[in-house]
Amino acid sequence: MPKVKIPTPLRQYTAGNPEVEVRGVTAGEALGNLASEHPDLKQHLYTGDGKLRSFVNVYKGDEDIRYLEGQDTEVSDSDELTIIPSIAGGCAGGRCK
Amino acid sequence: MPLKMGAGDVERIHEHAREAYPEECAGALVGMDSGGVRIVVDVWQAENTHEDERSRRFLIEPLAVKRLEERAEEKDMGLLGFYHSHPDHPAEPSEYDREHAWPGYSYVIASVSGENVEDMRSWTLRDDRSGYDEEPIVG
Repeated sequence: MPKVKIPTPLRQYTAGNPEVEVRGVTAGEALGNLASEHPDLKQHLYTGDGKLRSFVNVYKGDEDIRYLEGQDTEVSDSDELTIIPSIAGGCAGGRCK
Repeated sequence: MPLKMGAGDVERIHEHAREAYPEECAGALVGMDSGGVRIVVDVWQAENTHEDERSRRFLIEPLAVKRLEERAEEKDMGLLGFYHSHPDHPAEPSEYDREHAWPGYSYVIASVSGENVEDMRSWTLRDDRSGYDEEPIVG
């Protein structure tokens, strides 16, 4: 089964495991199964309408799946997917200069 | 959980916030969890690579986060969280901050007005993403 590498802040939802094996033949399927097996993880990966959050980045090897075939990117048993956060924020729109 | 940070690291964040003004600065808090206290051992500046509106937005790109994490692990430490500045704005997380936050990290926010850092506070995202809890910064 493909492996998914979990970033430090989300390991609290995978019983501390830095890496989890999940079923799936595409990146989307593997991530969906990851979220099903670890339900508390789901809200941090997906928006309410089921889209991957914009600051959640998924790499297959060294490549961002957005530049491959997105969630349809094929994965095999020997592949490793890595979830990497991008860190973003800032002060609220109208209230700062 | 208190965030323990020495005066030197506090000053380096303040300095970064003043240097970047009127843009937002950003960086990583590096250290370890020890018995319910997060101990900041070092702060590392990161580049704010948000394409525009850097006076009210910041972005640390994923590969930069990956490099910061690897660098921390090489030193047997971890990324405890991140800091950023709010130019001319309180040291409180915005709705935009909340939408983009991760659980488990400390988010230190410095309120900066030109030459002065007015306030600095640390926040953690609640598990259900409903809001933040403040954590005390102790010396």
